[in-house]
Amino acid sequence: MFRNVEELVAIAEKEGIQISEVMIRQEMKIHDRSREEVIAQMERNLDVMEKAVHRGIHEEVKSLSGLTGGDGKKLYEYIQSNDTLAGPLMLDAVAKAMATNEVNAAMGTICATPTAGSAGVAPGVLFALKDKLNPTREQMVRFLFTSGAFGFVVANNASISGAAGGCQAEVGSATGMAAAAAVEMAGGTPQQSAEAMAIALKNMLGLVCDPVAGLVEVPCVKRNAAGASGAIVSADLALAGIKSRIPCDEVIDAMYRIGQSMPSALRETAEGGLAATPTGRKYQEKIFGKSAKV
Amino acid sequence: MKYRSVFDIIGPVMIGPSSSHTAGAARIGLVARQLFRAEPAWVSFHLYGSFAKTYQGHGTDVALTGGVLGFDTSDPRITDALNIADTKGMNVSFHEEEAQPDHPNTVKIRLGNGVQELELVGISIGGGKVEITELNGFPLRLSGNHPAILVVHNDRYGAIASVSSHLAKYEVNIGRMEVSRKDVGKEALMVIEMDQNIGEDILKEIEALEHVETVTKINE
Repeated sequence: MFRNVEELVAIAEKEGIQISEVMIRQEMKIHDRSREEVIAQMERNLDVMEKAVHRGIHEEVKSLSGLTGGDGKKLYEYIQSNDTLAGPLMLDAVAKAMATNEVNAAMGTICATPTAGSAGVAPGVLFALKDKLNPTREQMVRFLFTSGAFGFVVANNASISGAAGGCQAEVGSATGMAAAAAVEMAGGTPQQSAEAMAIALKNMLGLVCDPVAGLVEVPCVKRNAAGASGAIVSADLALAGIKSRIPCDEVIDAMYRIGQSMPSALRETAEGGLAATPTGRKYQEKIFGKSAKV
Repeated sequence: MKYRSVFDIIGPVMIGPSSSHTAGAARIGLVARQLFRAEPAWVSFHLYGSFAKTYQGHGTDVALTGGVLGFDTSDPRITDALNIADTKGMNVSFHEEEAQPDHPNTVKIRLGNGVQELELVGISIGGGKVEITELNGFPLRLSGNHPAILVVHNDRYGAIASVSSHLAKYEVNIGRMEVSRKDVGKEALMVIEMDQNIGEDILKEIEALEHVETVTKINE
């Protein structure tokens, strides 16, 4: 079993296989399952993601609190009829990431990637790249295995929990995972995937988890937007041959230590950051009444 | 390593909005239900840390209740769990605790009916993954991701060997095992995580072994 990114890349290089293949083989071996079973389960997850994206960009989704919903759709429609600044692919990823998180906030069905609060980043990037790279269904499933391989390392060596490590552990991890998988889908090497992960996560270090009213809505939906765009930029940097001066495993370790030194107010308790702003408090009262703690 | 599967990372498929506060909470509730082996008449949830601060916003309350009702993380009935419990006449209460837990997402669940009671402590460690850290006062580590059995037995020599060799006879592989006891020679607990499910007949055979009191199965 690979314990860190260095080992993951080493296995891929030694065997001459993709990161996704390393992950598939490990899953088969450890859980004594056939390739067909493992692939089929991931394909079901892919189906869930596709439905959530579709719903979020076409339906007027609204959360129970009313704080979020409809922005993914709004952005998607804006891209269709405007000459945008960022360009269609980038904004397509952003719209689909936001759409997924809006469906999540509305208690719809999603696939945690690696968590529900960060569930938009990977599908956003994946379904935007789909139109450009025309991947087969199998390649799209492989995107998720590559994402999963990098997330696996983060989860075991650091954290993917906002309550434990802040938003950097959730959207930060998701951004790195999506960047690494985008590199593989675009034809990059395993080492370039690792560079993309490192670059993407570095830019998310220190990001706190400060949900307004304790809801996975504000700022979560737009942090997924930032994550999706950051993932694509990081993937392009890595594909251009740019390297992270700090190796990926050390970046993950830094993320872990930053999370440990984050005060509890900034780790999903809704006591600090945006949650503690006058407007954040106002929403809190409006949604849960004055009696609500926090 | 805490996470052993890629599907811990890409998954679970779940009803939003939070993997730790909704999906994880539902899973802890479901483990409580499976251990209790019946629909409880009452359940009280004691919430610690981030759970105590944000449980309403994340739907932790409906998720915990949904789990106790036997709903999985992707079951849409979760959103309506409080009403369903109410219709069934189940008394559900929530308590925000001030004490600082070891893990920020901690819940203690007490549930019972006229006949029996059960108390467990669970933590939601991220991405929907949970661990059960205490059962009826016994400290333990149970991931909830593998089929497992809990064996209450008397603390005597040979008790552990007889259970494990019985599993070996049926070619059941033990992935992880933990043994704890209240005191030397007193009530003790074995937690055995296995790679496959075992049938009721094997459970009954284990329950009939010397020094074994009860055996409870928890499915994946």
